[in-house]
Amino acid sequence: MDRSIYGFIFRHSKAQQVFLLAITCAAFPFIYLQPDLVKRIVNDAIGGSVSDFPKDIMSFEFEQVAYLVLMCCAFLVIVLINGAFKYYINVSKGRLGERMLRRLRYTLYGRVLRFPQPHFKRVSQGEIIPMITQEVEPLGGFIGDALAQPVFQAGMLITFLTFIIVQDLYMGLAAIAMFPIQGFIIPKLQRKVNALGKQRVQAVRRVSERISESINGIQEVRANDASNLMRAEFASHLGRIYAIRYEIYHRKFVIKFINNFLAQFTPFLFYLIGGYLAIQGDLSIGALIGVISAHKDMNAPWKELLAFYQQYMDAKIKYEQVVEQFDPPGMLDEKLQLEEPETVPAIQPDAEVAVQNLTYQEDETTIPIQSFNLSFRANEKLAVIGAAGGGKDEFPMLLARLLAPTGGRVAIGGQDIKDWPEAYLGRRMAYVGPAAYLFSDSVRANLTFGLKHRPLREPELDEDAKRDRTDRLAENARAGNTEEDFDDDWVDYEALGADGPVDADEKLIDVLAHVDLTRDVYSFGLRGAIDPAKRPALAEQALEARKRLNGRLEEENLHDLVEPYDPESYNANATLGENLLFGTIVAGGLDMETLGDHAYVLDVLGQVELTDDLLRIGNEAAALMVELFADVEPGDPMFEQYGFIKAEALPDYQTILTKMARGSADSLSEQERAMLLAIPFKLIPARHRLGLITDDIRERVVQARKIFRENLPEDLAGAIEFFDPARYNAAASVQDNILFGKIAYGEADGPETVGRMIDEVVEELSMRHDIVAAGLDFQVGIGGSRLSGAQRQKIAIARALAKRPDILVLNAATDAMDSRTRAALTASVLEAAPGGVVWSIGDPDQAEAFDRVAEVEGGRVANVTGGAAG
Amino acid sequence: MSLAEEVELLRGIPLFERMDASKLKLLAISSDRVTFRPNAVMMKQGDDGDAAYVIINGKGQVLIDTPGGEIQVAEMGAGQIVGEIAILIDIPRTATVKTADGLTALKISKENFIRLLHGSPQVAVEIIRVLASRLENTNAQLREAVSAAQKD
Repeated sequence: MDRSIYGFIFRHSKAQQVFLLAITCAAFPFIYLQPDLVKRIVNDAIGGSVSDFPKDIMSFEFEQVAYLVLMCCAFLVIVLINGAFKYYINVSKGRLGERMLRRLRYTLYGRVLRFPQPHFKRVSQGEIIPMITQEVEPLGGFIGDALAQPVFQAGMLITFLTFIIVQDLYMGLAAIAMFPIQGFIIPKLQRKVNALGKQRVQAVRRVSERISESINGIQEVRANDASNLMRAEFASHLGRIYAIRYEIYHRKFVIKFINNFLAQFTPFLFYLIGGYLAIQGDLSIGALIGVISAHKDMNAPWKELLAFYQQYMDAKIKYEQVVEQFDPPGMLDEKLQLEEPETVPAIQPDAEVAVQNLTYQEDETTIPIQSFNLSFRANEKLAVIGAAGGGKDEFPMLLARLLAPTGGRVAIGGQDIKDWPEAYLGRRMAYVGPAAYLFSDSVRANLTFGLKHRPLREPELDEDAKRDRTDRLAENARAGNTEEDFDDDWVDYEALGADGPVDADEKLIDVLAHVDLTRDVYSFGLRGAIDPAKRPALAEQALEARKRLNGRLEEENLHDLVEPYDPESYNANATLGENLLFGTIVAGGLDMETLGDHAYVLDVLGQVELTDDLLRIGNEAAALMVELFADVEPGDPMFEQYGFIKAEALPDYQTILTKMARGSADSLSEQERAMLLAIPFKLIPARHRLGLITDDIRERVVQARKIFRENLPEDLAGAIEFFDPARYNAAASVQDNILFGKIAYGEADGPETVGRMIDEVVEELSMRHDIVAAGLDFQVGIGGSRLSGAQRQKIAIARALAKRPDILVLNAATDAMDSRTRAALTASVLEAAPGGVVWSIGDPDQAEAFDRVAEVEGGRVANVTGGAAG
Repeated sequence: MSLAEEVELLRGIPLFERMDASKLKLLAISSDRVTFRPNAVMMKQGDDGDAAYVIINGKGQVLIDTPGGEIQVAEMGAGQIVGEIAILIDIPRTATVKTADGLTALKISKENFIRLLHGSPQVAVEIIRVLASRLENTNAQLREAVSAAQKD
């Protein structure tokens, strides 16, 4: 990577920079023409004497007015041309800057991907992220100006200077007399500012690091009452930035002051020397005035040049500071990651894995692996056991080349793996560590993560999309980014043993069974929504299941466990709001929380004359709540249970109740009415048992439900998916579609019984498999946060199994599981692994299941038992 | 049965007899009403207990496991409370309660119950009274049993 910013700029944008410069120079005559034309219009066209006309231009004769019109039109044309130049230059600069910025970010990110693992112990995310995102941002603007600006301004400067020198040599010398002083002093002063600038960049990085550490350690901070310590530390860092910044201002404005003074010093010389010369008669007054005005013009480019110099210094520091951080020693060779080998040979089952004299030294005192020797066949099942800190954690990482040895080597089939392309290691071997990471995507995407190495198939695209794709990739190339399209299908189905996407799901489901995840993924599928267009069979079966579940409940006389959604009757186990909408809210526009605010809802309520009744119910319920909860602590779980009133809102309701007691609902404000109306919408008769929602009200709600649906205004079209006994509801989960109703409150074991019956129906209709497949769409959350620790580890192991590796390396990969699960899983994974397994296990009892056991102690192999080769 | 009726029902139970009306309402409203089907097991001896039940209607048979098999020691009906021991102290259920014909009960969860105790000392005192009298009962039975054994 180029060490200097100009090195980087010229290497990647020389042609564009020169082009920009040429365009800028081409624009120059037009810039000059514009004031010239103004002068002509004023002096010749308007102020000219009649005797000057008619004027002869290109053998056409022009009278004064015609000449004025001609000149004004010419002026307009020049203005347009200038505008067009400006527009074109600015856009070109912006585009160039953006492309270079994109290239820089891409390069930096690419280097992060090649950082040696131990480097991540020394730098935090908090430092790296702002470097790639914010710190380089201003460089884009600078790069656009990098060549054109200084050359153009210098050109202007020289032009004006030449003019002065032609007028008078001494005047010319006077004009530039201050330049050497400025050129000498300013950089000197600037140097100190630069050093401060560097410190500032580092200080800001410290701050981001502190923030990121506080977030990662928030539990420790809170649990140890250490927040004040953290605040104080943070304040001290901010104080440091302030001090640096202040010093920078100080010095920057001193520089400005000196600059301004020197700039004014030149006219001082002009007046003094020029005046003297004029008095002596050596210089005409006209020439002196000309020189002074030329100097004024010269001042502008000179100022621009100095400003550019400062901007350059800023950019230079930023660039160097960033680049320096992205060049740690021991980075993986770029070729090993980027270049696609012609073939990726399989590791032969009988290939020897020879670990010879392996040493790994972290720093002077920490040497986790030392003179480590071990030999085994690639298809063996090898357990690595030993005490913590004895090297059994580092050995698997060295084997997977996630750590680079400081001595000795790991050779597979006689080849040192240090020179292997990442393609060999990443495709023929698999590694699962103790804190295996899941990406924020679907279960499927996480399982196939180990199968996506290169884009393999272009998606089917129409003409427009194809063109768009070509353009996008061409632009990628111009910015030095990869030309591999993220939107292609990257999954290597062959490696999975599948012949296409559909078959791939089958294979993934097989893998899930090996790590005992089928049940979990099934429940993800059951609780998730599916797109019936994509899974028509499942949607149809769900409808059939709905019927069967109903039949079964009837048969076993359990029908009061579920109250189905019946368009003609009120569901006592649902809220009044749900009864009114009678559907699932899909998108914005409606919100269960604020139904009482919605104009259309209020309109419908008015049509069946429910508004007053609901206000009355709200009033009664609120009165009861205020009475009962008056001395319940605000944090009490009771409020959660009786969710229709929040503790904070009790005083407001008190006010509303007082108003209601005095008069009627008319005295309430709009907001108060909405608050009161919000209550009945959340009432569930079967649960809350307040006896407020009478049969008469239920009847009218059912009426309102119909009106609501029939007259749905256009802006709500599609905002709600209505319950329909004969249709699949795409917005609801598969389970809710089968259930199609509410589990009744107050039936002992109701939810459990219904859950069991749903399972039975699913089994009967052989839907289980499809539901598991739908469960593959489940989003795991950031870092897999929606899964338990054990589930995350299981998915990580499944991800490794999915690529059918020749050697599967596992490093304490089952830590988050309890010992029984761990034992079962170990057996199952050993059984399922198609090739060899090297497993660093914490529990020596499980070692029996392996072909060979290597006991590691003090960084060496202490003992090897079992194994054919001995 | 409405909330008011539930409150009356609770008031009929010695434990809650002396409680404020508002506290009783709060207890009633914060408790779920649960229906058990015929032949359902309301609680099982040895399980962890998380709730007590006030029977609204129906009957429950209290059974105890003995080496000789399950024997019925009592039958509980409307207005009676079952399972209150397990929510006072963390011990497993001391008996199994089944219902032959199904019953409806108010389920008083452990949390709500404990919260109630914190909020009203009368209830705590009442519970001490009830437990003390039960202890005295048990002692009396023990004395009788011991003297009967000595006579043999």
